[in-house]
Amino acid sequence: MVLRAFFQVSLLLLAPPLLVGIVNRVKALFAGRRGPPLLQAYYDLAKLLRKGAVFSRTTTWVFRAGPAIGLAAVFLSGLLLPLGGERALVSFRGDFLLLAYLLALGRFFTALAALDTGSSFEGMGAAREVSFASIAEPALFLCFVVLARATGTLSLSGMLGAGLGAAWRESAPALLLAGIALFVVALAENARIPVDDPNTHLELTMIHEVMVLDHSGPDLALILYGASMKLFLFGAVVVRLALGGLPPASASLAGAAFLAGLGLFAAVVGVTESVMARLRLTRVPQMLVGASVLSTFALVLLLR
Amino acid sequence: MTSWIDMTFVLVVVVNLFLLASSRLGAVIRAVALQGALLSALALLLASPAHAVGHVLLVAGGALVIKAFFIPWLMFRAIREAAIRREVEPIVGFVPSLLLGGAGIALAFAFSRGLPLPAPEMHTFLVPTALSTVWTGLLLVVSRKKAVTQALGFLVLENGVFIFGLLLTDFMPVMVEAGVLLDLLAAVFVMGIVIFHINREFASLDTDALASLKD
Amino acid sequence: MTAGLALSAVALATSSGLFGLLLRRRPALGQRLTCAAMCVAAVLGAGASARVLWGSGGFAIRLPWHEPLASLALRLDPLSALFLVPILAVPALGSIYGLSYWPQAELGWKAVRLQLFFGLVTGAMALVLLADNALLFLVGWEVMAVAGFALVRGDDERPEALRASWVYLAAAHVGAFALLALFSIVGGARGSFDFAEWKGLPAAGGASLYALALVGFGLKAGLVPLHFWLPGAHAAAPSHVSAVMSGVLLKTGIYGLLRTLGFFDAPPASWGLVLLALGAISGVLGVGVALAQHDLKRLLAYHSVENIGIIAMGAGIALVGRSRGDAALVALGLAGGLLHVVNHALFKSLLFLGAGSVQHAAGTRDLEHLGGLARAMPFTSFFFLVGAAAISGLPPLNGFASEWLIAVGSLTGLDLPRGDRVAYVALAAPVLAFIGGLAAACFAKVHGTAFLGNARSSKASRAHESPAPMIFPMAVLAAACLAIGLGPSLLLPALARVSSDWAGLPASQTLAASAVGSAGWVGGMAAALLLAAGLLALGRTRLLRGRATPPGETWGCGYSAPSARMEYTGSSFAQILVEGFRWVLLPRVELSHPRGLFPRSARFRTDVPDVVLDRAIEPAVQACETAARGLRGLAPGRIHFYAVLVLAALVALLCWRFLWW
Repeated sequence: MVLRAFFQVSLLLLAPPLLVGIVNRVKALFAGRRGPPLLQAYYDLAKLLRKGAVFSRTTTWVFRAGPAIGLAAVFLSGLLLPLGGERALVSFRGDFLLLAYLLALGRFFTALAALDTGSSFEGMGAAREVSFASIAEPALFLCFVVLARATGTLSLSGMLGAGLGAAWRESAPALLLAGIALFVVALAENARIPVDDPNTHLELTMIHEVMVLDHSGPDLALILYGASMKLFLFGAVVVRLALGGLPPASASLAGAAFLAGLGLFAAVVGVTESVMARLRLTRVPQMLVGASVLSTFALVLLLR
Repeated sequence: MTSWIDMTFVLVVVVNLFLLASSRLGAVIRAVALQGALLSALALLLASPAHAVGHVLLVAGGALVIKAFFIPWLMFRAIREAAIRREVEPIVGFVPSLLLGGAGIALAFAFSRGLPLPAPEMHTFLVPTALSTVWTGLLLVVSRKKAVTQALGFLVLENGVFIFGLLLTDFMPVMVEAGVLLDLLAAVFVMGIVIFHINREFASLDTDALASLKD
Repeated sequence: MTAGLALSAVALATSSGLFGLLLRRRPALGQRLTCAAMCVAAVLGAGASARVLWGSGGFAIRLPWHEPLASLALRLDPLSALFLVPILAVPALGSIYGLSYWPQAELGWKAVRLQLFFGLVTGAMALVLLADNALLFLVGWEVMAVAGFALVRGDDERPEALRASWVYLAAAHVGAFALLALFSIVGGARGSFDFAEWKGLPAAGGASLYALALVGFGLKAGLVPLHFWLPGAHAAAPSHVSAVMSGVLLKTGIYGLLRTLGFFDAPPASWGLVLLALGAISGVLGVGVALAQHDLKRLLAYHSVENIGIIAMGAGIALVGRSRGDAALVALGLAGGLLHVVNHALFKSLLFLGAGSVQHAAGTRDLEHLGGLARAMPFTSFFFLVGAAAISGLPPLNGFASEWLIAVGSLTGLDLPRGDRVAYVALAAPVLAFIGGLAAACFAKVHGTAFLGNARSSKASRAHESPAPMIFPMAVLAAACLAIGLGPSLLLPALARVSSDWAGLPASQTLAASAVGSAGWVGGMAAALLLAAGLLALGRTRLLRGRATPPGETWGCGYSAPSARMEYTGSSFAQILVEGFRWVLLPRVELSHPRGLFPRSARFRTDVPDVVLDRAIEPAVQACETAARGLRGLAPGRIHFYAVLVLAALVALLCWRFLWW
């Protein structure tokens, strides 16, 4: 038990920057370049943690607290996730609600930290982020509700655990639709193309990048690490949903499949970012509403 | 086997949602073509040994040729002539039409069990899918401004009626079904001619411009 | 003992204003005694409620009274006890706030009048809770409405305050009329006006009664579309009065609705679904309109509409559960709804008191003229942030606990078999998520625009921190929000008791255990969150110690002299979402384009008035007025004409009596 907890926590803490590395490598390969080393994100974090920081005179304690609260929220959400089909460290009835709202808390304080700088760029990014997030929340919830109905439990460990195989056999179309909607929401929440371009250098086109424009040093390290952990979270849910349909295997085989699936998820995100163009900002709500409608349809299929 | 039929019905509904959300005319026409192909596949999948093989093949083949190849080819020609690529913001915006379409689909699936039907249902998804497709087609006809999209909406409406028709393959003689397909073809020809004339008169396919004919 | 505590609390609260009246020559002492009386009343009331909720249960007494239909029947059962705590506590904190915000020493008669009506409205609300007789209930209701009108009106001669107070009074009386009809019908059917005789009312044919209850109590609570009086009244009143009105006065409507629904024997599921739908619409529209406001208090008033919607959703789920005899739905839905009643009273009062401090310090309520207040008012800003996070339903605070309960309640509908339409209540959870996301967006806008960044006007740059009596109530409320967020499982047994008492269902043991367990986990994670955030912040500060952290300017894309006018405004922040809601908000736009090659001026202004009031009610009232003016032509003004009319009416009645009846 303690060993399992140790493995889960260390996976949660150590793996996320590797996912970011895989995404960037795949994008570089598509562009015909060799790309940065897979462990580049770790080097960046180490470099940032060694630096000092510059704080704007306009900012208050909210600016300094934002990154810490954001990372704490994402880390606690990670504790709620069953990794690789095992039970999560913390699981109870209705825990997926806590997960979604913890992510909302992180977003709230990041937006406030952005507004604290008194800059029009950060205000713009914060406005876009909270607006799109409020449309993405119901889509995320609906995907979870579909999972809950299909597996008959209200806890993430049950939804993404052993009951998933039977759920796939009974209600494959609904779970497939929910999975697609979940992938779209994952792209939106992690600020990936087609919602936001993490590589753009124009402040006017940024959403997430511009919110953290004024952070520097260890604060920036906390933010980058938190963002990679969020990508890991969504990847874990999507991968577990996809792998759940396969017949049950031994714990170590399931764990290895999970890790391989995570790598594949990162690669798919990279491919999506490379082949799609970024949507016009007015089209992003349409895409998210489409994801909501897809998962509502999946729910109706299960309820009728 | 049943899950393949499930998946096909679900795919038809997903195509409906895509039609409501997309503004690129090329993508919309291809989606309608895909829906036509799915419908011909459905005609094959839902056939039971009680049906005459020739009848089933005729219906499926006819649907495939007309809905999936011929009519989309006509539509592509129409938009090439008029040189338009995108739908402008429709009367009911994209997000509200997506929500309305979604609501109609959800209601159809939720309440269709209680509907009295003349024939035994072949598959539980058949009636709600047909209703959803008819609803989508109506939404497209009512809310879009470009004549091409309205014609496509009419096509989707006919697709929905076709799905209903699959319910009655036992009773419907071949003649009636062929008549339905012929009627569809004729309607599309007429719409094509009208589109050509609208474009020639107004140099655009915006049906709002038709209101100026009043004077 | 419980009766004594409760009744003395009510009496003390009602008469608290008299101290200020009698001690007019020693105003500071008088106001302090008033405040002390309210606080003692709050403590006594809390004691009585605690005894009922955790201890021996309630009391019911009947005092002799010689009116033919009324009787002085009072009852404190678990439902009333739960509502009693915020109804007495929030005005007490408001009166502490008033020591500096509305001091009697400076304002004289204005303050005395306000304190008198403040006490009166508190006492009236408590009477509504304790009343076990329909006419006594209506007496309390009416006093509440009139005292509220006096409080909103104050001495304010501004046109919008006058208009708001008249709209409030009119709406309150239309609601009271509906309630009078409802109680008359039921009382006539049952032969008595005592609530004790009304239990076991058959629900068949009760749809009209339900509609009357929805109209009457919905007008008081503020369910869309009956919310139109809320924004004006709550914006015009002084802030501690708005805190009481928004925090507790609206809840009497919810109490009345729950009490009335408790009389019915087996209400059909459709009633619950209607209430759920109304709640969902109120929630979404309330927060949607709130996003477009730039007057701080109007914005908070619209958020009250949203939260009443959330409470109604919980009540609707409980009602659906009651029709099915499903203890889980009832317990979770009602527990969530009632916990949200208490939570909303706490964080809404906190936010209104903060808004009052802002208005006191910066002289304006308009978000577009505020900014940068956090540097001058650190405490107010911090407590306002706690309130903002709480109302957005974010962990680790109390808003999350109640919204979580309601969401889990709605998701228990997923346990129902296929084809059962009631399972669709599970859709309430994504709607709650949508409402929560919009609320978080709105409060990021409010807090960011008002407190963070740079000051947008000279008044805001000269702000100062509020005095201690204004900060202390905010601190207490913020601490209560955090406490409930960290320990929701402690309150669940009391809430379960209220729901089993209301629904007449035995409290399920297994359900209670699992819910308490999960709620315990929620509290535990909240504490873990605070710990983790604290550790990370500490670690980061440690890392930066000894390193250079020079101050700099905010990045302006190379522009090195950023000014406050370059900041993102509140309206721009909300613009993406307001555009999405344009079809229901119907914003008014005043635009004068820049003209010519060298334009001299241009003007742009958007405004979002209340849709129901300005597009539906005002035109309807105008139409009635025009019709009435037309009818006036029929009255020539001579006495003979009126006498002939009376004679004709009498003759017509006699004919009808003898010929047809």
